[in-house]
Amino acid sequence: MDDLFYFIISKYNYWAAIVLLFIGLFGIIVRNNLMKKIIGMVIFQTAILLFIVSIGVKRGATVPILKFSLDKQPLLDATAYANPLPHVLILTAIVVGVAVLGVALALLQKIQRVHGTIEEDEILEDMRK
Amino acid sequence: MMDHAPILMIVVPVFASLALTLIGPMGHRAAYGLLILSVAGSLAAAMATLVQVVWTGQAVHYRMGDWVPPMGIELVIDHLSAGVLVMISGCALLTAIYSMHTARQDNPDRLNHYYALFALLVAGLMGMTATGDVFNLYVLLEISALSSYGLLARGKGRAYYATFRYLMMGTIGASFYLLGVGYLYIMTGSLNMADLAEILKRPELGASVNVRIGFTLIILGVWIKMALFPLHAWMPNAYSRAGTTTACLIAPLMTKVSVYVMLRIMFTVFSVDYVFQQIAWSRLVIYLASAAAVLGMITALSQRDLRKMLTYIIVAEIGYLTGGAWLANTAGYTGAVYHILADGLMTLCLFMAVGAIIYRTGVSTSAAMEGIFQRMPVTAGVFLIAAASVVGIPPTCGFFSKWYLLQGAVQAGEWVFVAALIIAGLVAATLFFRLLERAFFGRLDDPVMATGSEEPHTGARTIRLNEAPLTMLLPLVFTGAALLGLGIYTNEVVRYLIRWSVPAGM
Repeated sequence: MDDLFYFIISKYNYWAAIVLLFIGLFGIIVRNNLMKKIIGMVIFQTAILLFIVSIGVKRGATVPILKFSLDKQPLLDATAYANPLPHVLILTAIVVGVAVLGVALALLQKIQRVHGTIEEDEILEDMRK
Repeated sequence: MMDHAPILMIVVPVFASLALTLIGPMGHRAAYGLLILSVAGSLAAAMATLVQVVWTGQAVHYRMGDWVPPMGIELVIDHLSAGVLVMISGCALLTAIYSMHTARQDNPDRLNHYYALFALLVAGLMGMTATGDVFNLYVLLEISALSSYGLLARGKGRAYYATFRYLMMGTIGASFYLLGVGYLYIMTGSLNMADLAEILKRPELGASVNVRIGFTLIILGVWIKMALFPLHAWMPNAYSRAGTTTACLIAPLMTKVSVYVMLRIMFTVFSVDYVFQQIAWSRLVIYLASAAAVLGMITALSQRDLRKMLTYIIVAEIGYLTGGAWLANTAGYTGAVYHILADGLMTLCLFMAVGAIIYRTGVSTSAAMEGIFQRMPVTAGVFLIAAASVVGIPPTCGFFSKWYLLQGAVQAGEWVFVAALIIAGLVAATLFFRLLERAFFGRLDDPVMATGSEEPHTGARTIRLNEAPLTMLLPLVFTGAALLGLGIYTNEVVRYLIRWSVPAGM
């Protein structure tokens, strides 16, 4: 039991990402309302972003800006810096996510204008007519 | 200038896209001209790079901002990507020329914004093909996906919901890809494809479960993007409800570039040994591909809407391509790569011909084919060539790709795939002969055609020559000729391009 507890608690960032991932997928697949589907999609994306950003964390590390002493020697060892790359990648991915969200909301508005509803079953019924 | 060709072919359409959004009040002609110029520039850069690659026999490496890889992003254009790049920019140029009448018809207002998205999509696809960095590929994947959502949503009424579903599926696919890249990054600490390949050769990573999950997630994401059989549900509605120009641009290119990405991940980042030894499910993919080929063609047979029929043909073609890639032998790989080029042209040709027929008749069901040979002889002739290519009749290029695929399937002993290829070919023959029969012997007094034609139908048997406009006809004829040309020069294409890109250990 202790082992299991340790297994869960030591990787809590992964577990949080997995739980969010499935909440998002649940929203996309199960929900009938298209707005809720979009919310599910955003949660799904965010889960992945959190997962990748969390791997850049290092206990006791400092910001990745090189510091030199007066005689041009690096003051800190490379291992003392946090890894900036995951953050930079995720910054780009966040921008992509915002763009996708914008397009999705614009489409949703158009769907509402054409079909008069954002409930999926009502849209399908409207299209069958 | 020549040194910068790899980046120019991506940057030129990007800047054209920016200029096109600003060009607004200057009118249709200026937007049309600018689009053609930019795509032609892209094609010229791609051609120059292709010549350089074939001439020197080495891949072209371009460092972005002169940062040394694996720290900086690198563009790598080898024999495989050079061929695909020329295919992309060539198809885009032909579609751009073709778009003169149809794009204006489909987008009465703000045509320049439509063209801006067009250029951006071309830039995204070129970038996906040229990049040597897995994260950069994700960003470009999303750029092309976002611009394709914009283009597809320009269709009429029902296109919005179809595009919305595509957006959902596309985003899930891209997210899976990103998650897979995250797994690989955790295990290797690198994002550069060549560097990743080097690190993944270590035996402890070869056996790692995390790397296997990363590979599976990436491939799953790419499969959603390329609409492989059980994951294809988003595609037919999204493509068949789009405007004519949009369908001509997106249908041939999006899925083919995704197949290219799959090949890159399988054989450049990972290796033949890894994919076929370590991955337990790799043997099942052939069955998936066979099911895609047969069911795609059969569903196509049951469609009444012409463009929906064509999209189901794409589903089947994706089955051929996937099967060829997972056969794990040289002939199958050659067939798959050759079929990326051939199928790009084939799909373009079919969509252009059908687009021209719909433009003239105003009917989008198969009834539009009635008597096409009398009314639009050139379009019908090119449609015949494209149909022959899909069925696989020599000397069109469709025959040669099928020949390689069959050869590979027989060598690998995958009889299910052999059967699927033959059955799909026969179904395709049935499908096209049924259409061509109507096209040859169609009754012109059909009531549908009487209401569909532009002028009121007088006498019972008046046959009017009503060919498509020249801007549509020229790209169409050129594509038809290219189908034959690619078929005739198969040996050269295989010898100078595809043989070079066959991955080691195959």
